[in-house]
Amino acid sequence: MKVLEVKHAKKQFDGVSVLKDINLEVNEGEVVSIIGPSGSGKSTLLRCCTFLETLDDGSIAYGEKEVVTSVDGKACYGSRQQQREALGNFGLVFQNFNLFPHYSVLKNIMDAPVAVQKRDAKEVEKEARALLQKMGLSDKADAYPCQLSGGQQQRVSIARALAMNPKILFFDEPTSALDPELTLEILKVIKELAEEKMTMVIVTHEMNFARDVSNRMIFMDQGVIVEETTPEEMFKSDNERTREFLGRYHDLS
Amino acid sequence: MSLQLIISQLGEGMITTISIFLLTLLFSLPLGMIVAFGRMSKSIILKNITRVYISIMRGTPLMLQLLVVYFGPYYIFGIRISPAYRGYAVIIAFALNYAAYFAEIYRSGIASMPKGQYEAAKVLGYTKSQTFFKIILPQVIKRILPSVTNEVITLVKDTSLAFSIAYAEMFTQAKALAASQKSMVPFVAAAIFYYIFNAVVAALMDYVEKKMNYYQ
Repeated sequence: MKVLEVKHAKKQFDGVSVLKDINLEVNEGEVVSIIGPSGSGKSTLLRCCTFLETLDDGSIAYGEKEVVTSVDGKACYGSRQQQREALGNFGLVFQNFNLFPHYSVLKNIMDAPVAVQKRDAKEVEKEARALLQKMGLSDKADAYPCQLSGGQQQRVSIARALAMNPKILFFDEPTSALDPELTLEILKVIKELAEEKMTMVIVTHEMNFARDVSNRMIFMDQGVIVEETTPEEMFKSDNERTREFLGRYHDLS
Repeated sequence: MSLQLIISQLGEGMITTISIFLLTLLFSLPLGMIVAFGRMSKSIILKNITRVYISIMRGTPLMLQLLVVYFGPYYIFGIRISPAYRGYAVIIAFALNYAAYFAEIYRSGIASMPKGQYEAAKVLGYTKSQTFFKIILPQVIKRILPSVTNEVITLVKDTSLAFSIAYAEMFTQAKALAASQKSMVPFVAAAIFYYIFNAVVAALMDYVEKKMNYYQ
């Protein structure tokens, strides 16, 4: 079953095409990683999928529901209400966590389900504590983000996204702000989520991790999808640009 | 001249001074927020109106503004001014003036918030007003507290400007008492009063700042 379908996505920034006719499909339980050099448009694609940026043209559908439609060569967004409803489909984990510094860890996780989804606070708290346990942070419920390491903060932000019960979870370079040790911490969490068949789209520069965790890899460059295939095929690719980009990783390892 | 005389003569004025101070804060703090919103709004008209407003309020003396608010109704509209209007004029002038300063402080605080906080709130589905009141404002308050403390301390001293329209706050009384008694002592008493008032304000703001230090 399709969870996300993006068709003919186009986006320009000040006349520069960042996304040139991008198509992306993600099925339930699938893990898709998007790799590519900086400025290739991979983060922009993720930000368009999560409505942090608006498409110039193209369509986005979550499940059966088309939330952005293409009308006469222009992306057409629904009412604010419809957009907010669409938000319930996904979660986003940021590169620099973006936790709310004035809330405790527990409140960071609980606040949106209670204030936005209007769920019962007691029930949400139970879930939030279970999520913290899963993230290995049971003892940090009452701590504040500034008291945590980067890796711990990122795990809290993953828990915060999961507490909304999203159908799909996006990661925007989740380990780029972390040192190698903390990176491993986060990658382990994402792997565990993959084993539980969480649908995920991960923008990352961790090539080995992308190879291990994903069912499908997408290589983007200059606003287009250069190659889209299984990790095995991607690393054996004949495509010159792909080889050039991945070659650097081969050289290093 | 006995201490008792000074306290009995200045005591009432002190209460008036404190009430000018409190009422000005009561009105200017929220008014400043409205002005800040105008200043940051997308509407060019609102933006320019508030810009001119702030520029006038900051660019002319508070004493002159006070005189305009007090005498304006008579000189401009020919309305007879009742003595009871004095107190209102003081609060109106002070609140309008301080709102301009607070607006700029709010604006700088709001502008200093990282974009990521808005983005995280948006993705989690918070409405715009939830985002502002739950996520942004509490952090802005912490950030701007030192600047607000500065303004509040200035306000304590600025209350003495009410003497220019002969409003019977503490400084006006002290001046009158000094003249009638031919003595410096009332001024010394006034200075001590302002100093203690500000020490209390500073300690209070320090306490609030410390309370907010539970996060960075």
